[in-house]
Amino acid sequence: MSDVAYRVTGPATGSEDPRRFWHLTLTLARMDWKVRFFGSVLGYVWSLLRPLLLFGILYLVFSEVVGAGDDVEHFPIVLLSGMMLFFFFSEVTGSAATSLVDREALVRKVGFPRMVVPLAVTLVGAFNLLLNLVVLAVFLALNGVAVRWTWLLVPIPLLLVGVLATGTGMLLAALYVRFRDIKPIWDVALQALFYATPILYPVQLVQERSETLTHVLMASPLATLIQWTRRLLLGDDTPTAASAIGGAEWLVIPGGILVALTVLGFWVFGRTAPRAAEEL
Amino acid sequence: MPEPPAHVAVSIEGVSKAFRLPHERVHTLKERLVHPLRRRSFERLQALEDVSLAVEKGEFFGIVGRNGSGKSTLMKCLAGVYSADAGEMWLRGRMAPFIELGVGFNPELTAHDNVLLNAVMLGLTPEQARERYDAILDFAGLHAFQDLKLKNYSSGMQVRLAFAVMVHVDADLLLIDEVLAVGDAAFQQKCYDVLQDAKRAGRTILLVTHDMDQVQRFCDRAMLLERGRVVEVGEPREVARRYMAINFASHGDEGRPTLTTGAGGTGRAIIVKAWSQDADGTHTTTFEQGGVCALCLRIRFVSDAVDPVLRAIVSDPDGQPVFVAASEWHEPLGAFVPGEILDLAVSFDNWLAPGRYSVTWQVLHPGTGRRVMAEQTEALSIVVTGSRAGGGVVDIPHAFDFLRSGAAPERLG
Repeated sequence: MSDVAYRVTGPATGSEDPRRFWHLTLTLARMDWKVRFFGSVLGYVWSLLRPLLLFGILYLVFSEVVGAGDDVEHFPIVLLSGMMLFFFFSEVTGSAATSLVDREALVRKVGFPRMVVPLAVTLVGAFNLLLNLVVLAVFLALNGVAVRWTWLLVPIPLLLVGVLATGTGMLLAALYVRFRDIKPIWDVALQALFYATPILYPVQLVQERSETLTHVLMASPLATLIQWTRRLLLGDDTPTAASAIGGAEWLVIPGGILVALTVLGFWVFGRTAPRAAEEL
Repeated sequence: MPEPPAHVAVSIEGVSKAFRLPHERVHTLKERLVHPLRRRSFERLQALEDVSLAVEKGEFFGIVGRNGSGKSTLMKCLAGVYSADAGEMWLRGRMAPFIELGVGFNPELTAHDNVLLNAVMLGLTPEQARERYDAILDFAGLHAFQDLKLKNYSSGMQVRLAFAVMVHVDADLLLIDEVLAVGDAAFQQKCYDVLQDAKRAGRTILLVTHDMDQVQRFCDRAMLLERGRVVEVGEPREVARRYMAINFASHGDEGRPTLTTGAGGTGRAIIVKAWSQDADGTHTTTFEQGGVCALCLRIRFVSDAVDPVLRAIVSDPDGQPVFVAASEWHEPLGAFVPGEILDLAVSFDNWLAPGRYSVTWQVLHPGTGRRVMAEQTEALSIVVTGSRAGGGVVDIPHAFDFLRSGAAPERLG
């Protein structure tokens, strides 16, 4: 029996006990994961099968039928890596937005560090991303892409996308408690972002059209990180993030947006989350 | 405020909490954008005002009060769900909350997953949660349903599961908000046994309840809240008496007979009205224990009737009759003609236990057939106040006689 007196200060955002914080996040993530696949016959196999089928279709349509990016080497991989990261971002931000409200039963009855809720969402997304990477590896092999040491650096941009998604997700989650139309707005915003990010079309195509447009599109940290990942995967024939945006100095913009969004997300969540139980 | 002394498990000092209730809930951005300058008006609801309290380690402490008196808000502040606006709260040892009949289950998950999730939420490690899983399900008696989604559970089953989780997380301090309102009698008893064991093991229990009987039976001390303020802290009996007084004083149905439900019978007679009055003949429905209570009735005969029998049945809230007065043991009433009116009163020294009772009136045909001429179930509702609740159905006046014999033993030393 512990016999330590402690002050009750209301619901916290984070926790001083990292072990407990991790246990909570992991358990909540595991349960979120279970809810998603409960009742389907193939169960967890779906989480692997779904991206495999989806990527297979896109691969067929874009490389065999449409023929987009014929002059870009390994266009299928360019396409799939972009889709994969975008799905990760949209899944995490989309679920994080409603996460506090979805977990209402817990939030209203148990005092636990509130940041566990959006972090569990990120964890589930990260796990899905990991499975998708397995699928991507299959396609890399099918395409005959040479193994290179830069693959070891791929986790860095992936981690940054995770940070960006978590920060944005927290901002949305905090706002959604008060403004329920955040969800449809964000759904539309994600659609727009999808087409505004060079995913279905190669960045070279944009560069040929207009320099200004390139600066604008690549100002999105997500686009920059996707381009960086592609470069690490495919090597010299793929433009670097710096060259895609039109010069290394331009990278300050997406970098600044990344930091600003993340800090803003954590800050707003930290201020709002302790009162979430009353607003729900 | 410095850390409380070692024997204090819960220390609350000047805690206040207000809620802002918007007059119109602005829930969408569009409304904010369309009316950017409209002042949002709020009503302040002071849920808790300057509440101070110290609960000793190992105490079984009751918190009572009417609906909206701030009990649950106080519990939520202690549980770390709400943050207080002012004041300080200290807890000693690990706390497990049980609020709004649960610990926060997810209806889409199975009982198995919910138990693991909530055990971790309440402070166990995932390994500990898995180890104790069987014990928890055994306690709840729900092993057969462990793979059923929680949304398919009855509310009683959910409460059982939640309570089972709460008592298995090794908390030193249990915060329990209205658990025992749900669940069958056997499970309620089990809960109390467990709480008694927990208390014996030195744990501290804070129990929010409306049941004054529970407070007096289990609690060492109790607190009465009213409109967010502490009215009284002390002996459970005294707190229960104050609660009853506050509760029934404001119901304000004195003297108004409540003719409501369930008229029936052969229709030979009609119940015109039923009421209750005190020794002075004043109409009232609130009676101090020990005083005279009179149950009155006016009936009108529709057709000829001979020697009708009148019965007043006083029942407790569970519908269990606690006292029946019947006129058949008295002089026969004789014959009545149509249109004739009969007023009657049954008066008795009121030694019913404090609480609410309903009165059912019956007009019967004579004989053993019990054919009903007229009946008014729950014709009125009366309240007995008092502080002499011994825990029984009635508190019959009694005397103790003591006789000591034999020599007192020599005091040694």
